[in-house]
Amino acid sequence: MSWIPVSSPHWHSGATISGVMRDVLVALAPACLASVWLFGWLAVFHLALTTAACVAFEALALALRGEPVRARLSDLSAAVSGLLLGMSMPPGAPWWLDLVGAAFAMLVVKHAFGGLGANPFNPAIAARVFLMVSFPLPMTLWLAPAPLHPPVNLYDPGAAWTVFAHGLAGLPRTDAVTTASPLGAWQTALKLHADPTKALAGLSLSELLFGLRPGSVGETPALLLLAGGLWLVKRNVITWHVPASYLATVALVAFLAHALDPARFAPASFHLLSGGLMLAAWFMATDPVTCPSTPLGRLAFGAGCGLLTWIIRSFGSYPEGAMFAILFMNAASPLLERHLRPRVYGR
Amino acid sequence: MRWLDRITGWWPNPFVRASTGFRGGVQLPPMKRTREAPIEALPLPDCLVVPVKQHIGARCAPVVKPGERVKRGQTLARATEYLAADVHAPTSGRVTKIEEHRVPHPSGLGLPCIFLEPDGEDAPFEGCAPVEDWRGEEPARLREFLRRAGIVGMGGAGFPTFAKLAADARHPVHTLILNGAECEPYLTSDERLMREEAAAIARGAAILAHVLGAAQVLVAVEDHKPEAADAMEAALAQEGLSFAVRLVPTVYPHGSEKQLIEALLGEETPQGRLPLDLGVVCQNVSTAHAVARAVEAGEPLVARVITVSGEACPRPGNFRVRIGTPVRFVLAHAGLADAQDAEIVHGGPMMGERIPWPEVPVVKNTIGILAFSKEAFRRAHRPEEPCIRCGRCGQSCPAGLVPNLLAEACRAEDVEEAEALGLFDCIECGCCAWVCPSHIPLVHYFRFGKGLAAEVRRARAFAEASRRRTEAREARLAREKAEREARRRAQLARAKESARRLASGDGESS
Repeated sequence: MSWIPVSSPHWHSGATISGVMRDVLVALAPACLASVWLFGWLAVFHLALTTAACVAFEALALALRGEPVRARLSDLSAAVSGLLLGMSMPPGAPWWLDLVGAAFAMLVVKHAFGGLGANPFNPAIAARVFLMVSFPLPMTLWLAPAPLHPPVNLYDPGAAWTVFAHGLAGLPRTDAVTTASPLGAWQTALKLHADPTKALAGLSLSELLFGLRPGSVGETPALLLLAGGLWLVKRNVITWHVPASYLATVALVAFLAHALDPARFAPASFHLLSGGLMLAAWFMATDPVTCPSTPLGRLAFGAGCGLLTWIIRSFGSYPEGAMFAILFMNAASPLLERHLRPRVYGR
Repeated sequence: MRWLDRITGWWPNPFVRASTGFRGGVQLPPMKRTREAPIEALPLPDCLVVPVKQHIGARCAPVVKPGERVKRGQTLARATEYLAADVHAPTSGRVTKIEEHRVPHPSGLGLPCIFLEPDGEDAPFEGCAPVEDWRGEEPARLREFLRRAGIVGMGGAGFPTFAKLAADARHPVHTLILNGAECEPYLTSDERLMREEAAAIARGAAILAHVLGAAQVLVAVEDHKPEAADAMEAALAQEGLSFAVRLVPTVYPHGSEKQLIEALLGEETPQGRLPLDLGVVCQNVSTAHAVARAVEAGEPLVARVITVSGEACPRPGNFRVRIGTPVRFVLAHAGLADAQDAEIVHGGPMMGERIPWPEVPVVKNTIGILAFSKEAFRRAHRPEEPCIRCGRCGQSCPAGLVPNLLAEACRAEDVEEAEALGLFDCIECGCCAWVCPSHIPLVHYFRFGKGLAAEVRRARAFAEASRRRTEAREARLAREKAEREARRRAQLARAKESARRLASGDGESS
C-alpha cells in the first residue's frame, strides 16, 4: 500500500513567506512614497530599476540552479531586497550602478550561497558595500532633496532622467549640483580641523525627522521608517530585539562620547537621525535570514551593530558605518545564535 | 516565567494575547463545533477489534480462546508485566479470532487483536465487583484494582493510571491536578463529560486523591468552557468536596501535563524527572470518570466518550463508543459513509496521527476522530520551503527550544548537536510547525531525530558491549597464556630440581 507518513500537526496557521515579505513591502511603502516627494523622479527610477533588476536576476539564478522559477519568485524576497537596495542608493548614482548592485546582490550574495535562507550576508547591504568600495565617487555624491530646491528640478522627468542616465559625476557642472551629507560634512570638518558642530548648523530636528537632508533615496524619512518598523514589530515580522538594542547602543555610546568631547563626537540625536541608521536598524539588520534567530542572540547582534556603526562613523574613513557594521555582525550571527539560546524548560 | 527568561527567551509571545503561566504556546481557533452536542451512545458494530495493548508499556497476554463466549467487562487479556493494564470485553459475545490487526499508531504497525462478535445482549460479567468502601481501602490495593480494571490515561498518551499513582513515602504527592483543559481544537468530549457527568468525575478525583494521599486537588478548565467549570463547581459542592476549579486561559498547549503544572503551580518539572518528583500528579477528567465507574460500579474501562468532528464530517458529535469499534463504523454513524474520501486523524489536529486505514479500532486513548477533506489536508501539509530563520518557531515553543536550529541538526543527522539543542525536551506539541511560514514539518524532523538518536544509542551500546567482550576475551587469552607460561616454568623448574637432585643423589651414592 502506498502510504506517506505525515507527521502532526495536521493544521497550519496559514502564514507564508510571501505574506512575511508582503508585510515588509507594505511597511516600506510610506518611506518610499516620501522618497518620491524628496527625490522626485530619481527615487522612482532607482526604486523601480533595482526592484525589477533584482527580480530578474533572481529569476535567472533560479533558472540556472534548476529551481522552480515561478514558485520561488512568488515569495517576493527578491522584490524586498531590490527595494531595500534602491532605498540605499544615492539619488545621484547612474543607472548602471543599480544594475551592478542588483546583479551582485542576487547572483553572488544570495544564490551563490544557496538562495533564500542560505545567504550569510544581507544581499542589499552586501551589494551596497560592494558598490561603495568599488565605485566610491558616484556612491558618495549627494543631492539636496527636491523640497530644498537643488539646482536640478527633480520633479521634472527630463532633468531627473539626465541625472539618472549620467550620474552626478557625469554631469558637466558636478560641483554646483552636489552637496554633502550630514555625516560627510561632520567628517570633512574634522579632517580640515574645523569645528564640526557647524555642520549641524543648517539642520533642524524636524528636518532630520522628515528626511529633508541629503542622503540615499529612501534612508532619510526617519519618522516614516520608524513607523514602518514598529508596524512590522506589531505584525511579528520582526521582533523588538534588534532595533531596540541597535538604536539604544548607538544612542548610549554617542551620548557618552559626546558628553566627553562635544567638539569631536556628534550628539546622539544626530547619530540616530542621520545616515542610514533608521533604515538599517528597522529593515536591514532585522533581516531574519542574516540575523540570529534567538532573542538573546538578536540583542547581542543589535548591540554589536550599534557599537560598530558608531566606531566606523567616528573613527573610520567612511562617513557611514551602518552597512559595514551589519555586514560584520552578519558574519557573527551563526555563532551568536548557537551560543545565546533561551533556557530550555526544566534546565 | 522566570525573570531572566524575559531577556534570554522570547518575550512577549506574539502568538498569545493572554497571560499564561508558561512560555510559548499559541492561541488556536477553538473550532469546537460539537460543544452543544450531548453525548450520544453509539450502537454496537458487527465486530469489535480489541488490541492487547492500548497503553504505553507492555502487551497483555490473551486469556480467552477463539470460540469462547464472554460477557461485558470480562478480562480478555491480562497484564503480565509491570507497565500494563488489563483489557476487557467491551460487550458480551463470541471471540472469533485472535490475530494481528492494524491499530491507531503512526508506524502503521499492527498488534495482536481479539476479535469479538457481539451477541446483542450486552450482558455484564458477574465477576465485576465494585470496591465497597474505597475510603477504607489501602492505596496499593486500589492501584492494583485500577490496573485490573484496565484504567489508563484517557487524555491521549495512555499511560497506565496505576503506575502514575505510585506515590509512596519517598515520593509524597501534595497536589492532584485534574486536567480538563482539553486544549486541542475541535475536541469537546471532556467538556461534554464535565457538563453531563460532573459528579462522577468529582468522585473519581476523590478516589484518585485518596490513592495518592494528595491534600490539594485542582480542576483545570480552559476559560472558553465556563459551563463545564460551573458544572464541576456544582458537582464538587454537591459531593461535599473542597477541590478548587481553576480557569486557565485558552492557550495551546495548556493541556500538556508539564505546561499545566507550570501554569497552576509555577514549577517546572526538572529535566529527566517526572511531575511525581515535584509531588504533583496530573490526571485527565475522563480518566477520573473511568476510575469512578470502575470503583463504584465495578465496570472496567470498556467504553469512552470521543468527539467525531472535522470539516469533512457531516454530522459531528460526541459519542460514547465501545473500545474496539472500527473507526469506519464511527465515521459512518457521523454521516461520513465513505472514509476514503477524507483524511482521517486519530486525536486532535495538533498532535493526533493520520490514519490511512479506517479499519483501525477506537482504543482507550482515542480522544477523537477528525475527518478533513483531502484539499484541507493538503493545505495543512504544503510542500516545505526554505527556512528564513524568522524565529517564530522559537517564539511559540513551550519548551524554550530553538526549533529551526534543532531541525537543521536533525536534517544533518547530527544527533549529538540535536541532543545538545534539547531534542529530547521537545514535547511534539506542534506549535512550531503551526506558525512556520515556510511550512517546514518541524515535528516530523524531531521525530526522525529522536528515532535516529535511539538508533545511535543502540549502536553505541552494541559497540560498547562488543568492545567489552573483546577486551574480556583478550584478557582471558592473556591470562591463560600467562598461566600456561607459569605452568611451563614450574614444570621446567621441577624438572631441573629433580635433575639436580638426581645428579647430587648420584654423587652421594657414589
